[in-house]
Amino acid sequence: TARKAVVFFEVEILDAKTKDKLCFLDKVGKILPSFSLYWYPARQSIRLDPKGKSLKDEDVLQHLPVGTTATFYFRDLGAQISWVTVFLTEYAGPLLIYLMFYFRVPFIYAPKYDFTTSKHWVVHLACMCHSFHYVKRLLETLFVHRFSHGTMPLRNIFKNCTYYWGFAAWMAYYINHPLYTPPTYGEQQIRLALTVFLFCQIGNFSIHIALRNLRPPGSKTRKIPYPTKNPFTWIFLLVSCPNYTYELGSWLGFTLMTQCLPVAAFTLVGFIQMTVWAKGKHRSYLKEFRDYPTLRSPILPFIL
Amino acid sequence: MASGEEDGTVEEKETNNKKRTKGAIATAWLTFYNIAMTAGWLVLAVAMVRYYLQKGTHKGLYRNIARTLKFFQTFALLEVGHCAIGIVRTSVIVTGVQVCSRIFMVWFVTNSIRQIQNEESVILFVVVWTITEITRYSFYTFNLLNHLPYFIKWARYNMFIVMYPLGVIGELLTIHASLPYVRRSGMYSLRLPNKYNVSFDYYYFLIIVMLSYIPLFPQLYFHMLRQRRRVLHGEIVVEKDE
Repeated sequence: TARKAVVFFEVEILDAKTKDKLCFLDKVGKILPSFSLYWYPARQSIRLDPKGKSLKDEDVLQHLPVGTTATFYFRDLGAQISWVTVFLTEYAGPLLIYLMFYFRVPFIYAPKYDFTTSKHWVVHLACMCHSFHYVKRLLETLFVHRFSHGTMPLRNIFKNCTYYWGFAAWMAYYINHPLYTPPTYGEQQIRLALTVFLFCQIGNFSIHIALRNLRPPGSKTRKIPYPTKNPFTWIFLLVSCPNYTYELGSWLGFTLMTQCLPVAAFTLVGFIQMTVWAKGKHRSYLKEFRDYPTLRSPILPFIL
Repeated sequence: MASGEEDGTVEEKETNNKKRTKGAIATAWLTFYNIAMTAGWLVLAVAMVRYYLQKGTHKGLYRNIARTLKFFQTFALLEVGHCAIGIVRTSVIVTGVQVCSRIFMVWFVTNSIRQIQNEESVILFVVVWTITEITRYSFYTFNLLNHLPYFIKWARYNMFIVMYPLGVIGELLTIHASLPYVRRSGMYSLRLPNKYNVSFDYYYFLIIVMLSYIPLFPQLYFHMLRQRRRVLHGEIVVEKDE
């Protein structure tokens, strides 16, 4: 009977900045990354090169380009927070804040308006649309999305919440204001806006479902998304990140519906950010997949 | 074969030549720009000194130099362009913020609110800006000409320690002095109702601007201090080796 040769590694872990030796392990068959309670796994970045990319949890020591003595560099990523927590907090805020302005909670407008409601029906419609949008996002975070990273840096939650909550308060203040002016073209404008908004909400949801179905539960594999039987996904023929395209459409609809400049500003800033993300995603698709469809643009068909 | 290789090297030489010419044009333009700005702020300094010596008072001084100040300070917008096209290696955002804050002070505070133009705080920040800009632009000029006298380098990395806080005081006092006039006139403000469903109150905007100095000023100040340590400290290390 042949004896199987077992390869043992020696592993040393150095601090990426100071090059101090943090840890030395000899006769390692399997490496377990948790060598400290303070530096919980999500916070640890272990890499082959001090300035290089982090190794993934799934990487196997034997398959890495190291000799029998492996040198890894450790970088503290700082306090981490889970993506789910961040999403739930940043979306719950706008939902509740907008409602506070809608119901004209005291200390926002003049006291004589406390707990009154707007006389314009478009204001009620806008509240329903805005609330629907964020309830949808919360439910998607809980039941639809499959996240590739578990965590992000803690400071992101402060940055993101300031952005979402701040803009929600700013636009809600004007839409629900006693001196609000309804859209110039009245019912026609509102009906068109509502159609665009609903169409894009369904579209956005369809894309999220399609992306979820690309990835089996618990896996982190990446595949090229393709159009499915759902017509709302046919936009994949022209665009890499149609979820952002539909999101832009939704907010354009909401801007048209409320005819409110702060909403337009929020739409613009969101569009800029989503374009940056879409271009990045598009670039990584092109890098990862040799056969990536050439007709696709990052976010706007043929344009951007 | 042989012709293939020749084509390759000819193309390379052409791109290298293009790069070198572009670099030379950029350097020439930057040198001209920095000399022009140094001269402009010097003219401003001379005009201020002459006015004060002749009239013995600072009243009316701002009106006298207003056009020159607006011209040269606005011209500095080009510096954002320099960063954007890459001929100057500084962040576009940092330069943008600095130039915009100057433009804001000049056009949207002192220029539009005439009642505060004779305040002492205005003279304070204009004097500070003049000294700072003359030092800064002459530093860049000499750097580009590869002949940097030590005293200019010393000035650039030491005077800000006093100039920067003094300038901030001048600017804040000026904005503060303008508040009552802004409130009374309702300038640059938009009230409800209007068809864009937005409002803007310049008075509260100015208060927010003043408050924003609190987080921003220390950041910029400590950034300059760190740069100073790196530039001047590096010098000392070299001398030790010799």
